[in-house]
Amino acid sequence: MTVTAIRLAGVGKRFGGPRSPLVLDGIDLDVAEGEFVCLLGASGCGKSTLLNLVAGLEAPTTGSIEVPGDGAAVMFQESALMPWLTARRNVELALRLRGVPRPGRRGEAERLLELVNLADAAEQRPHELSGGMRQRVALARALAQDRTVLLMDEPFAALDAITRDLLHEELERVWRETGRTILFVTHNVHEAVRLAQRIVLLSSRPGRVAGEWRTDAPGLDAQSVAREITERLRKEIASNAA
Amino acid sequence: MPPELVRDVLAEERRIAEERRIAAGEAAESLAPRPSTASGELRALEAGLDRLQTAPAEREPWWRRAARGILPPIILLVVLLAVWQAYTVIAQPRPDLYPGPLDVLASVGSAWDTGRLQLAVGTSLERGIVGFLIAAAIGTPIGLLLAESRPLQRAFGPFVSGLQVLPSVAWVPAAIIWFGLSDATVYFVILMGAVPSIVNGLVAGVRQVPPQLRRVGRVLGANRAELAALVVLPAALPGYLAGLKQGWAFSWRSLMAAEIIATGGSIGFGLGALLDQGRQLADLSAVFVAILAILFIGILVELAVFAPLERALLRRRGLLPAGGAR
Repeated sequence: MTVTAIRLAGVGKRFGGPRSPLVLDGIDLDVAEGEFVCLLGASGCGKSTLLNLVAGLEAPTTGSIEVPGDGAAVMFQESALMPWLTARRNVELALRLRGVPRPGRRGEAERLLELVNLADAAEQRPHELSGGMRQRVALARALAQDRTVLLMDEPFAALDAITRDLLHEELERVWRETGRTILFVTHNVHEAVRLAQRIVLLSSRPGRVAGEWRTDAPGLDAQSVAREITERLRKEIASNAA
Repeated sequence: MPPELVRDVLAEERRIAEERRIAAGEAAESLAPRPSTASGELRALEAGLDRLQTAPAEREPWWRRAARGILPPIILLVVLLAVWQAYTVIAQPRPDLYPGPLDVLASVGSAWDTGRLQLAVGTSLERGIVGFLIAAAIGTPIGLLLAESRPLQRAFGPFVSGLQVLPSVAWVPAAIIWFGLSDATVYFVILMGAVPSIVNGLVAGVRQVPPQLRRVGRVLGANRAELAALVVLPAALPGYLAGLKQGWAFSWRSLMAAEIIATGGSIGFGLGALLDQGRQLADLSAVFVAILAILFIGILVELAVFAPLERALLRRRGLLPAGGAR
């Protein structure tokens, strides 16, 4: 039986007073343990806000959010590595803040960098790494938090197509190897179809759940699903014109 | 869209999704086969791409870097001296009003022989460094406090900025009345000059820390103290160093001002006193010796201490263009 890792019930969010516009409205979403869910939506639909709520960086205005007691690891669009630390020290920082005693940190950080195929770049600083490598360090750092839930906020949006393609494979491999629950935010339909087991489409202003697709059924035609979701997404965007 | 309609649409979507799930049967739980590259191949691909996307930074040998940094100002200096000497030789101005480089050099020699130059440089440098260190020790905690507390920053910010604009010489008369002609007067003036710069530098450095880094720190589970020590402070280091550098400049200037105005008493013989002595004797060459010594020490500290620190700091963060070409 599947266990629920993240449960959102009636989550709403507005920034500022009760007259400010709703950013998110009545979001119900359950994510099972070990599941890979993509949150898909146009710009400004509040998907990043939703992720910040789940991460505990902001509090919801209404509704409730349940996450595992240890919280969630987060990966952002920018790698947000500490520029003064080497790749290894960046990962070690996460270990340190997690409470790993000093003697174990170095080996663990090297193991995690090896997992994302960056063992050779361990002593380099972020500015010496390519965008894709930086995101992999960020992934290693997120894994270093050792939390069952991994939240990803368009982590590959700023990368070129070839690198992104590779990182999709890398992420999928890491997901299989580590059994993390992943909630992945993107505005890219193909990325969502490529990665997710389940896709949740958010409408814009306010963000509501506008549709859900399973994309892991055997024999599923990814092309047609992508087309269907794209059409739906376009309809959502067009409805904002009025 | 009215809410009821949205709900209908949502229900419809859920129904469709449910049907799809049912159609997919039990297998929905299992993972669909995806195009996946073999692990070894993926590694090779990734390593190849990493290679293509990063250029090994080539570091210049230190002597070439040093030559590039030091040669231009030295050439300029030589040219200026040559022009000055040529003017003295050609125009033959009154040597007591417009001494030439050779006259000044002779003055340096005599000041050195009597030991006055070494004494003055030693006294001033020691006081400048000690004063600067005290200023850093006072300014750093104040800066941290202001940087981390918005209300304090709003309240004290304008005063600190104001103090930075106020020439610290203005404090000399008050300091003399309070402390007499003692070292305390000199240090007080140095502190009033340097502390605001250091505070402001640190506050500005903290303000420029990208909010993203703070958020990452919080996501990684840092508490307030850890966030400050492991994320905010290291990130603010370039701004802090800039503040220290300016703090040193203000220390040195304030010290000279205090030494020129307040002489005698238990205040030792510093460069300011040397300068004032030259003025009293109407010995313009001696005045130039003191000015050049003050200038030279200022440049030396900048080149020998702050410039390398700054360069190392910025290079570590990739904020300095690698290699020689700019």
